Amino acid sequence: MAETAASPTSAKNLADKNLAVRVSPAKQLQDAFAAGSLAGTVELSELPFLTMVGLRAGAGTETAQRLASVTGGLPARSGDVAGNGDTSVLWLGPGEFLVVAPTEAHESLGGDLIRALQDALGDGEGQVVDLSANRTTFELTGPQGRAVLEKGCSLDLHPREFKAGTAVSTEIANIPAILWKTGEESFRIFPRASFAEFLGRWLLDAMREYASPEVP
Amino acid sequence: MLLISCPNCGPRDETEFHYGGQAHVAYPENPNELNDTEWSRYLFYRENPKGTFAERWVHSTGCRQWFNMLRDTVSYDIQAIYPMGTPRPDRAAPRTAESGTASTAADSTTTGTAAPDISGTSTTPASTTAPEGATK
Repeated sequence: MAETAASPTSAKNLADKNLAVRVSPAKQLQDAFAAGSLAGTVELSELPFLTMVGLRAGAGTETAQRLASVTGGLPARSGDVAGNGDTSVLWLGPGEFLVVAPTEAHESLGGDLIRALQDALGDGEGQVVDLSANRTTFELTGPQGRAVLEKGCSLDLHPREFKAGTAVSTEIANIPAILWKTGEESFRIFPRASFAEFLGRWLLDAMREYASPEVP
Repeated sequence: MLLISCPNCGPRDETEFHYGGQAHVAYPENPNELNDTEWSRYLFYRENPKGTFAERWVHSTGCRQWFNMLRDTVSYDIQAIYPMGTPRPDRAAPRTAESGTASTAADSTTTGTAAPDISGTSTTPASTTAPEGATK
């Protein structure tokens, strides 16, 4: 799309226009997220419109190597996250991965990530599918973030087991979601778009107790 | 709640999995030659043992892969987890539980190839893996 534009400014305008008309799956909860967040304790926000690409390629195949050269590596086992810079690759299953990249990487905004992955795939055995609209992203940060998640996720989230830079596909609040620990006190949660409102309200409810002073 | 060790993802809650019924039910080699009784036996008749049972599970909210499991239907003790297409690990001692004679006859389509080799500690011969692979 970028190369068809007459000038860089019009491409930028088009991208801005594209972004302005989009409505993210948890847009209606934006104010509630701001009101329910407690600075320094636990904060919740939506990161709308991240570019996501589903990859499938058998481990060790030439196709996988070509895809890995674009993304900066493919993770090898459950929990692993590969990638370089702001492009990350999450392990979903044997030979199945999810690329997470910034919003601008999408071709509707002038990015070329998906095109590059499709070129890398060529006619090899595998898949490159644009899944950007499939899931939305919640960011849960703060010292109580783990406590909030532990109310609805049965994994061992203690830092000695669940280290920063780990992403797993699991259940949170009885719905399937991908949980990615991006830092010591920050999590990214990827629910499917249709579960965004439910999970958003569930997380707000789970966060509410931390607004009150601790009962001794 | 069962805690199931997925071969790819490690121990996870039972709610992340879905049950796939009895394992090692081989698709008939010549389905056209079966009469209605035999076909219904293949489709609908399954073992219901009191004791060890081989069954299929899929980790549907995780890696989405199928695997086989040996589970005790009385104690819910998970005895083994092994990949699809591999023979049942405890076949050296088949049907130790008090399963009825009728159910073993119903299972003849599955165990027919394995029947000649029940001696000693050796597991089932490689010939059984071929029809199991065909079921997938």
